[in-house]
Amino acid sequence: MDPALTELDAERAIPAPAVGPTAWRRLGKNWSVRIGGTVLALLLLASLAAPLLGTIDPSLIDPVNRDLLPGATGEVMLLTGETFPYKFWLGTDSYGRDIYSRVLYGGRVSLVVGVTVALLSLFFGVLIGLAAGTIRWLDGVVMRVMDGLMAIPGILLAIALVALWRASIWTVIVAITIPEIPRVVRLVRSLVLSIREEPYVEAARALGTPTLALMLRHILPNTLAPLIVQGTYICASAILVEAILSFLGVGLPTDVPTWGNIMAEGRLQFQEFPHNVLFPGIFLALTVLAVNMLGDGLRDTLDPRFAKRGDRP
Amino acid sequence: MNAPVLVIDALTVKLPSGADRELAVRDVSFTVNAGEVRCLVGESGSGKSIIAQTVMGLLPRNLRPTAGRVLLNGEDLLQTGAERLRRLRGEKLAMIFQEPMTALNPVMRCGAQIDELLAQHTSMSSAQRRDRVLQMLEHVRLPDPPRIYSAYPHQLSGGQRQRIMIAMALILKPALLIADEPTTALDVTTQAEILKLIRELQRENGTAVLFITHDFGVVADIADGVSVLRLGDLVESGSAREVLGNPQHAYTRILLQAVPELVSRKPALPGDTACVMRTRALSKVFVTGGWLGGRREVVAAKDVDIEVKRGETLGIVGESGSGKSTLARMLAQLIEPSGGEIELEGSTVSALRGAAVQAFRRKVQVVFQDPYRSLNPRRTVGAAITEGPLNFGTARNEAWQRAQELMQLVRLSPQVLQRYPHEFSGGQRQRICIARALAVQPELLIADEAVSALDVSVQAQILELLDEIQQRLKLTIVFITHDLRVAAQICNRIVVMQHGRVVEQGPVVQVFEQPREAYTQALIEAAPGKGFRFGVA
Repeated sequence: MDPALTELDAERAIPAPAVGPTAWRRLGKNWSVRIGGTVLALLLLASLAAPLLGTIDPSLIDPVNRDLLPGATGEVMLLTGETFPYKFWLGTDSYGRDIYSRVLYGGRVSLVVGVTVALLSLFFGVLIGLAAGTIRWLDGVVMRVMDGLMAIPGILLAIALVALWRASIWTVIVAITIPEIPRVVRLVRSLVLSIREEPYVEAARALGTPTLALMLRHILPNTLAPLIVQGTYICASAILVEAILSFLGVGLPTDVPTWGNIMAEGRLQFQEFPHNVLFPGIFLALTVLAVNMLGDGLRDTLDPRFAKRGDRP
Repeated sequence: MNAPVLVIDALTVKLPSGADRELAVRDVSFTVNAGEVRCLVGESGSGKSIIAQTVMGLLPRNLRPTAGRVLLNGEDLLQTGAERLRRLRGEKLAMIFQEPMTALNPVMRCGAQIDELLAQHTSMSSAQRRDRVLQMLEHVRLPDPPRIYSAYPHQLSGGQRQRIMIAMALILKPALLIADEPTTALDVTTQAEILKLIRELQRENGTAVLFITHDFGVVADIADGVSVLRLGDLVESGSAREVLGNPQHAYTRILLQAVPELVSRKPALPGDTACVMRTRALSKVFVTGGWLGGRREVVAAKDVDIEVKRGETLGIVGESGSGKSTLARMLAQLIEPSGGEIELEGSTVSALRGAAVQAFRRKVQVVFQDPYRSLNPRRTVGAAITEGPLNFGTARNEAWQRAQELMQLVRLSPQVLQRYPHEFSGGQRQRICIARALAVQPELLIADEAVSALDVSVQAQILELLDEIQQRLKLTIVFITHDLRVAAQICNRIVVMQHGRVVEQGPVVQVFEQPREAYTQALIEAAPGKGFRFGVA
């Protein structure tokens, strides 16, 4: 048979299974994902395993050990009256509390706030965004409400909520989530509006697919990649905003160690003992950087505009 | 006059690792003489655009020529520095692209864009330049040059934009013009005018033209010489008469045979055949703006009366903006008509709700134009094909079994049901789309430009497949296309549309051989390569 003819018949042959790297493998090869992921995993591990990492009670006040510099050693007296020698790696604050322990325990609050805010705002954002993108008459109303929400500064909202309910982690989470939701709604709505016009959605409609199935089967899965990326950015900004709120005294109560609270308390004697502000600040910066790096890496690997995928020959 | 302007000598370009083959272009040699139009023909992935980019020095970074020479008037462009190459582009080398809208700067007036070239490469004063640009605009037959001079690209039509590109390319009288699919995005009548213009200007200046196309109709119209590429190899090169009239290589013969003839093949069905679908005064008006902005109405279809008879293939042809796709989507109940009614088997189907829509969808299915976008990238082929039957309550294993049978019908292996769409070529995806539409056992299949995005040889296979399926399943097909050749090959009857109205309808033989309306005549006249008989070589 003529070689040219077999070449054309190749069009009919089944292709070999795709050999290109899968999404997970591509993720593993991206340096932003590697570095950001590793740093974040270490921070997460450190704050979860804080009791095992040689820490003491982070809110233990000990007047003897006030304002120790990093690396100083002292004697810790527990509430039971027991005493033991202890090395204060990162120094102590003006109440004699161990900064090292406070920073590790404070990380728990930051990460919980970051992840919860990201999940909550994605959940509500997707719900409202899908509805706005699919139901025509709802669109105008919902989007004007979202515009209104975006006009309220997060800090103002937090102050109002704290005044209303009392300072707690849930107040903070709600206060940060509400201004984030409109951003997710806008993203989801615009994704839905463009995906809705894709021929495969029209084809599914022609096949009699009910609207709900159309949204869950065809539209939602194709919005996931940008949403995951958006989620990491929300997480980073929530961690930062939580610290700002605590620093301003409208976040968590001052007895809970959070990075913002530690910095706020250290602020008064920053010139003499900068380590009170510096160490939580470094952890905060590192966490936000790691989350953002992870987000950038995810965007590069998941977004077809940044990564060349085998979709078209 | 016949000195070679461009010599491509044993050019080899390497593809980045991980591509489907090692070399984009392998050991390709040909020449383009002064005053000659050489067509570089090939299907997608044949390397024709890579050659053009190599000549222009515009290859993407990850591709590099590894061997051979590209001589422009004796100067090897592969050895030329970037600065010299920049000067050569415009003065000696010029290029026009497929999509004039993206090739022009949208925020710069057309006149200023042409003027920029003169300012860069000549020492003319600004008044002289303006005169020269206006003169050139007139030369490419744009109406009212001063108005065009100060117009932005979006204010012009596609054909006018391509004329601007041509004016821009030829204003410095380059020795070589590279045209990369310059008429592919244009309507046939505009395409015919642009081809004529390129031919005239090229004769006038003795420019050598390297014309890249996939369309043998265009080749027959414009070429002096033809070079055929397949997967990076030059398979045949010669004068247009030799290659088109007496092709030596089997691949060239296959390509030529795949070009549908502009001669009707199928008779109309007998007059008493039952009617499956009928429209009465069907209209669609799109309204944009409103609320606060200015309201604008676009009439996409007006008073369309057509009948689709059982078992026939009805072709709906027209240029872009003729309303043929709007009509298709109204027939498929994907958009609601603004007026008139549609009857399916005698009962009105406008504004259906609930169960009635489901019943309608079982009977009428659609195949779309773009095989790359009409399959959900995140769902397997099997999930796509069984979706319809499952929606209509078929049991899962029964639906799956039918999907396997359908795979055989469209000549794919049932194994592919587990795979994702991105693993398939365009033609294979279109087969999958056809199988998906057939899975609900429809009576009427609406094919909206279903073969337009495919290469000719693949297009021929899909048309053959549709024909065979129609015979076997006694299917009725409404086939929407802008390509008269395709329509001639597959349709029994033809409806010609223009500006949302039906201009002419009748049996294929009658419409093609004795067109009554002036518009139909113009359309047939403009079909590329009209005088040439393909498919018989």
